Amino acid sequence: MSSDNTTDGGSTDALTKTREARMGAGLDDRFNSKLREAFGASPFILTKFDKFMNWVRGSSMFMLQFGIACCSIEMIHTYAIKHDLDRFHAGVPRASPRQADVIIVPGTIVSKFAPRMKRVYDQMPEPKFVVGMGSCTISGGPFQEGYNVVKGAEEVIPVDIHVPGCPPRPEALIYGVAKLQERIANGESSPVTVKPYELEQFGDMERDEVVDQLADQIDEDTLAMRYNWADSP
Amino acid sequence: MSLEPVRDDTLDADGNVDPQAILDLLGDRVLDIEEHMNADIAVVVRPDTVEETLLALRDEAGFDHCSLVTAQEYEDRYESIYHLKQYDDPTNEVSVVVPATKDDPVSQSGNAAYRTCDWHEREAYDLVGIEYENHPDMRRILMPETWQGHPLSMDYDQDRPQVVTLGQHDNPLKDDIRDEENDTMFINIGPHHPATHGVLHVKTVLDGETVANVESDIGYLHRCEEQVCQNGTYRHQIMPYPDRWDYVSAGLLNEWAYARAAEDLADIEVPEYAQVIRTMGAELCRVAAHMLALGTFALDVYGDFTAIFQYAFRDREVVQNILEELTGQRMMFNYFRLGGVAWDLPEPREDFFELTRDFLDGLPGKLEEYHDLITSNEIFQLRCVDTGILEPEVAKSYGATGPVARASGVDYDLRRDDPYGYYDELDWDVVTEDGKDNYARVLTRMQEVEESAKIIKQCVDLLEEWPEEERTIQSNVPRTLKPENDTETYRAVEAAKGELGIYMRADGTDKPARFKIRSPCFSNLQTLPEMAQGEYIPDLIASLGSLDIVLGEVDR
Ligand code: SF4
Repeated sequence: MSSDNTTDGGSTDALTKTREARMGAGLDDRFNSKLREAFGASPFILTKFDKFMNWVRGSSMFMLQFGIACCSIEMIHTYAIKHDLDRFHAGVPRASPRQADVIIVPGTIVSKFAPRMKRVYDQMPEPKFVVGMGSCTISGGPFQEGYNVVKGAEEVIPVDIHVPGCPPRPEALIYGVAKLQERIANGESSPVTVKPYELEQFGDMERDEVVDQLADQIDEDTLAMRYNWADSP
Repeated sequence: MSLEPVRDDTLDADGNVDPQAILDLLGDRVLDIEEHMNADIAVVVRPDTVEETLLALRDEAGFDHCSLVTAQEYEDRYESIYHLKQYDDPTNEVSVVVPATKDDPVSQSGNAAYRTCDWHEREAYDLVGIEYENHPDMRRILMPETWQGHPLSMDYDQDRPQVVTLGQHDNPLKDDIRDEENDTMFINIGPHHPATHGVLHVKTVLDGETVANVESDIGYLHRCEEQVCQNGTYRHQIMPYPDRWDYVSAGLLNEWAYARAAEDLADIEVPEYAQVIRTMGAELCRVAAHMLALGTFALDVYGDFTAIFQYAFRDREVVQNILEELTGQRMMFNYFRLGGVAWDLPEPREDFFELTRDFLDGLPGKLEEYHDLITSNEIFQLRCVDTGILEPEVAKSYGATGPVARASGVDYDLRRDDPYGYYDELDWDVVTEDGKDNYARVLTRMQEVEESAKIIKQCVDLLEEWPEEERTIQSNVPRTLKPENDTETYRAVEAAKGELGIYMRADGTDKPARFKIRSPCFSNLQTLPEMAQGEYIPDLIASLGSLDIVLGEVDR
């Protein structure tokens, strides 16, 4: 890069003139964004590929269209007019889990639904992220005492962000999603909190061994799934 | 309106039930008489005479509406209660009480008289453990099939861990029948599917594009609402839960169901001013709920996510704003109290009235917009007119209520027929349509929004004029309520989806001994096979959408 062709783009008369001839006098509108202004005439940045990918990931999230209970109404409101999650690069609802990056779990999970939800989660391609919406996904919420209620989404799938509230306001959900984007952009991957590995009885086994041992316990006919590893029979 | 005239020999001159005539009709089938606060008479019958008793009441006494089947366990017996009503006059109520023994809880099914008993009895079996003889399909309905024990029975151990299976790993194509005549295919719709409005699972068998068989599998959102309410005290701990039954912003309507039942049980007066606020709030909720029904239905039938869906949500936002001003929350209001409401209108009152009036003034224009966009849209009409026919007699037999019944010409609205709140003082109409199809159901809802707007307007006028010193928002209610032992009541209100009722039995403590929710969606959803079988699969989706179910209320 020669000295008479500096990046501020305006040091030589010839260049300025060309620019003005092209775009009219004065500071042109092409520099209306701060980013462009910083780049000036050479719009290149150097970055690490991973970092770039993370930024892209966080800035273009496909959300799974997934409604469970009351919280899903507020979730729809978050997608819809007024709150419009799309403005925050996270508003493309996908009906199929195979096309989604993020699953917002909006509601109470009960025993009958837990295996289904696990399945939907398993169908999502990596990397995938989970936002738990509402008290129900944290602890079972107002229904915690219920005989049929799974005490939080973490019993079933790992959760990245918990948004408390019953239901959380759309603003809160947007904040939660924004936090998730921030984390993704910073390269923090999703926490793997698959319960069995944390249990003492599996403590000194290799990871593969655990899988083998657990696979042995699955009844092949019914494909029984336990949703509560700590206390299931 | 039923086609046959109701036999009136069991009614007295004023059209009320004559208990003696019922006793005469049933003769020696009656073992005993109990007292239910809501019912004109509650008869106890033997478990093996259920069918004939119900048939007699249906055919000879005009009780064509089986509202609810409640099952419960006592120390010494099981009991099922059939709450019967008349579509023509829902204040005529009879309860049929069927005791069953502790060691062999078997009772005859009422399915032959009322088809709605099918699901209600399955639920009773599932949660309480009574078995019904002659029932077409006695298995669990809400809990997973592998569940051990009956959660609302007395000896149930909640801490016992359970295993849940995932049977859907089966190849759905496996059981296809492919021979000369048959070529059917099984498909699962849901429980995670955009068209099911939540976590409903519809097992469908298709023959080409025609629906050969359809079965709804529910229970994916069974949150133990009844248990939770049985563990809460009457005064404050139960009220937050109704908001979460029909969670489509219909909170106040649901709260009213509980408030009405509990106020009946504990004999609490509600000041008139509070009744007006309740009426206004409830109708605002109805508007919000119907808007969502409209928006999602448009999304279902012709995938309109960008216009109508968003329009409907725009209007919901406005209503939610008003409700938030009033109650402090967008969805889970917890605003009603026994004996009134939590607080008065927000200050400055003028602003609140203005906000509400602005909304009402804009509403006719918006509704016109909807009519332009939806009901006069050709695609929409193609999808909806003459699809999903529900005959009035069928609707009645399944206990359908609300817009679903009214769109089939069943003129039944508890706000008018069993008045509560301030409705009977106001000027409004019950909307009925006789199209019986999906289109009629949409029209009914849209017109109901207009009627609700009328009610809200009158309430706002009343509230504005209300003299300041008479603004009592709550009557005096004791801190702990302990209704007398063994009082039982079943009370219903007209919620957004239909008749939402609560059965409560007091046992002298400050918590209900049995709390049973009669959910309109639960009954309405049962009509789905009637509407969809033999039709094309897109019509199934349209019918499901037009039923406007909320899974929180179906499963409770
Ligand atoms: S957190 Fe509250 S609003 Fe959300 S699903 Fe649970 S009960 Fe409903």
